Amino acid sequence: MSTESIAWPNTAAASPSFVDHLHEWVTTVDHKRLGILYIVYALIFLVIGGIEATVMRIQLIRPHNDFVSPQVFNRMFTMHGTTMIFFVVMPVLFGFANYLIPLMIGARDMAFPRLNAFSFWMTAFGGLLLYFSLVGANGLYGAGNAPDVGWFAYAPLTSQTFSVGHSTDFWTLALLVSGLGSIGTAINIIATVLCMRCPGMTLAKMPLFAWLNFVMAGLVILAVSPLTAAQIMLVVDRYLGGHFFDTQAGGSAVIWMHFFWVFGHPEVYVLVLPAFAFASEIIPVFSRKPIFGYPVMVGATIAIGFISMSVWAHHMFTVGMSAAANNFFVISTMAIAVPTGIKIFNWLGTMWGGKIEFKTPMLFCIAFLFQFLIAGLTGIMQGAAPFDWHLGNSYFVVAHFHYVIVGGILFCLFGAFYYWFPKMSGKMYSETLGKLHFWLFIVGFHMTFDFMHIPGLLGMPRRIYTYEPGRGWDTWNLVVTIGVFFQAAGILVFLGNLIWSYFRGRPAGNDPWDAWTLEWSTNSPPPAYNFYTIPSVQSRRPLWDLKHPDDPDWKYE
Amino acid sequence: MSPVVVWICGATAAFADTAQPLSPTSIFAPASTPAKSIFGLSLFVLAVTGAIFLIVFALLLYSVVKFRKRKNDDGREPPQVYGSNQVELAWTVIPVLIVVALFMATARVIASVQKTVRPDNAIEVVAIGHQFWWEYRYPTLGVVTANELHVPVSDENHPTPTFIKLLSADTDHSFWVPRLAGKTDLIPNHPNSMWIDPHDPGVYLGQCAQYCGTQHAKMLLRVYVQSQDEFARWIQEQRQPAIAGDAVSQGQRIFETTACINCHTVAGTVANGRFGPDLTHLMSRDTIAAGAAKNTPENLRQWILSPAAIKPGSLMPAMQLSDAELDALTAYLETLR
Repeated sequence: MSTESIAWPNTAAASPSFVDHLHEWVTTVDHKRLGILYIVYALIFLVIGGIEATVMRIQLIRPHNDFVSPQVFNRMFTMHGTTMIFFVVMPVLFGFANYLIPLMIGARDMAFPRLNAFSFWMTAFGGLLLYFSLVGANGLYGAGNAPDVGWFAYAPLTSQTFSVGHSTDFWTLALLVSGLGSIGTAINIIATVLCMRCPGMTLAKMPLFAWLNFVMAGLVILAVSPLTAAQIMLVVDRYLGGHFFDTQAGGSAVIWMHFFWVFGHPEVYVLVLPAFAFASEIIPVFSRKPIFGYPVMVGATIAIGFISMSVWAHHMFTVGMSAAANNFFVISTMAIAVPTGIKIFNWLGTMWGGKIEFKTPMLFCIAFLFQFLIAGLTGIMQGAAPFDWHLGNSYFVVAHFHYVIVGGILFCLFGAFYYWFPKMSGKMYSETLGKLHFWLFIVGFHMTFDFMHIPGLLGMPRRIYTYEPGRGWDTWNLVVTIGVFFQAAGILVFLGNLIWSYFRGRPAGNDPWDAWTLEWSTNSPPPAYNFYTIPSVQSRRPLWDLKHPDDPDWKYE
Repeated sequence: MSPVVVWICGATAAFADTAQPLSPTSIFAPASTPAKSIFGLSLFVLAVTGAIFLIVFALLLYSVVKFRKRKNDDGREPPQVYGSNQVELAWTVIPVLIVVALFMATARVIASVQKTVRPDNAIEVVAIGHQFWWEYRYPTLGVVTANELHVPVSDENHPTPTFIKLLSADTDHSFWVPRLAGKTDLIPNHPNSMWIDPHDPGVYLGQCAQYCGTQHAKMLLRVYVQSQDEFARWIQEQRQPAIAGDAVSQGQRIFETTACINCHTVAGTVANGRFGPDLTHLMSRDTIAAGAAKNTPENLRQWILSPAAIKPGSLMPAMQLSDAELDALTAYLETLR
């Protein structure tokens, strides 16, 4: 095998007109284009969700502030949470999975290209439905409002009694529709990984990226299905006289919590496993060593997948469960720290004895390791149920899960953007702007989310549009809000870097990082159908074998 | 940087003088047995997680500094190491042992808080969450009040704990007074309970900790811990019916002929609504609107005129009264002692 025979010899073609171009993108079933559609769509919603967060933080900058009304504030946190989870992080991760899995396993597309397009457009439609509530939630008057029930929409606040109009319906339908899209993508990823690997690539020789996304896809099917079922039950309650969650007619508010969190906690791992996938590709390349303990990493991933299905009620330590139930969810929650810790140690083991290059993707991954360590430890604090009787629903928990989602997942995502941007665009990004983005964002991140823990410890609950002076919360909230502006500046630099580099960046070449997985063997950007001839591999690092014929991996694996 | 900040602040708060805590709602200034048990556990967990952080962070820092690519690098790839079973085993077994230790400490505290049996001399309170205020009923003492919970101080040698049954009239709420106990939710159709045994008299603050609708933020909690005698006197006073003089009969008539009585009770009169707070002894309370404003004549008048000015989204409607009617009504309410 040689890279020359994998890359396409000549991809020059006449450039189509704008309408043809648009038509191609809308009707595309190419996994790479769908991947990019997912990513661009998520970036747009990232900006919207970020603006919502900024509005909340300005309101909380001092006690008794009146920047927005309580009604607007409640809509902001509902929309921020829903947008960021369902219409930013999930789509962007699906985008990367779509783009990269076929390239990494030496396939020409996903297993079901049309299902892939269907899934993307369902997700896109879901996001539009959610935001259509702003004009349509009060019927056809052209006036509306966003849902204000919180992103986990506890019953009975979602019943007709407490939520009049249609804003909750838009929330429900948006999640129902995008949920179907997510399940479609998950089926597609599973089928692709199981059936489309190139010759020689056994499951044990598959890049960790594919493994982690494979387990993520399994979790999506198990987690999103109950959420979708719960949304249907909620619609039945609201319009067909059902009483699943209608406490005034004997329904159960707690059942909704179980349905939501049996989705909600595996969902955390749906989001974080792909982030682990990025780290597991980026850290080895910039440490110039193979991943430490590959079989253990695979095992830990599968263990996380299973254990994550049994921890959901640690979100419910305060709802009055029996001591036995509390004990069960304490032990399962703490147990998940073991495989997660193994992963952190293996990444450290990968860096140990390497030659670490501090390119922008690696900087983001190192920051991820640091921040994810803290997020895991604050997670253990909340896993100790009595401690959580204080921490749950306080600003501590808000700081904790933003540490996971921003400090962990988003940092890895930024790393992934910089790492694969040369492959996706064919252009090199600006390293200077990348580093500027990194430093702005890490300063802003720590100002915001480190100090956010403290008001939680001092008794500040989440989801309050204002707070009383004299509780010792004022200074912390001020610092938290200032940090947001650093983060926003970082995001602007990031978006500017992507756009500038796309048009003005220097050509990246096929393999700018001297990397080892198959996507770096084909052109940048890869043409339709990816590979001129289907590669065949002998080890986990096929390009290492090519570059070091005297010392190939397959001798040791 | 960050955890250091959190842990330092935690430790500072923890060892600060409990009479002058960092905040009146700090979880590190416990003043009741359940809060103290949690505090003990939290110190243990903070110590264990803090130690783990320091070790792993040191390893991370060491590898980033030691194994960085040097300026004079020879361009050769470093030795390719694929893993080590012994090392993997070590960093699997050690975390398992830590988890077991943490679990056992946690299980002990869960049992000590959740499995406590109610002694016969315990005060019984039913707390009912409403959008956006608290109703308190003392079924054995025949007292109904709102927003300001009174409980007796509990001597550690002769404990008189208060057992609180938690109900909700509408949506989910959560009772959280950090210095007295962890939070417990009030969920419709799902009665919960919790207990406190405050050791020192004083006012303990908190607020609703489960999003319950528009005014979740101003559903504040005030717990008045009183000596046994003061508490007994308070109970006596609360049991009396309202006594209104002739001087305020005009205000009383306005109260009893408008929508006020649909929601409010004044014991001994025709007003027997249950939707809003019981006003029989309104003036015995320091605050109105679930702690959103001080209980002064001006605030009371403003509240009746326009509840949205104090608490937008409150379910109390603006009463559309003339200035004279407002004055009379306020004067009447001020006699409800």
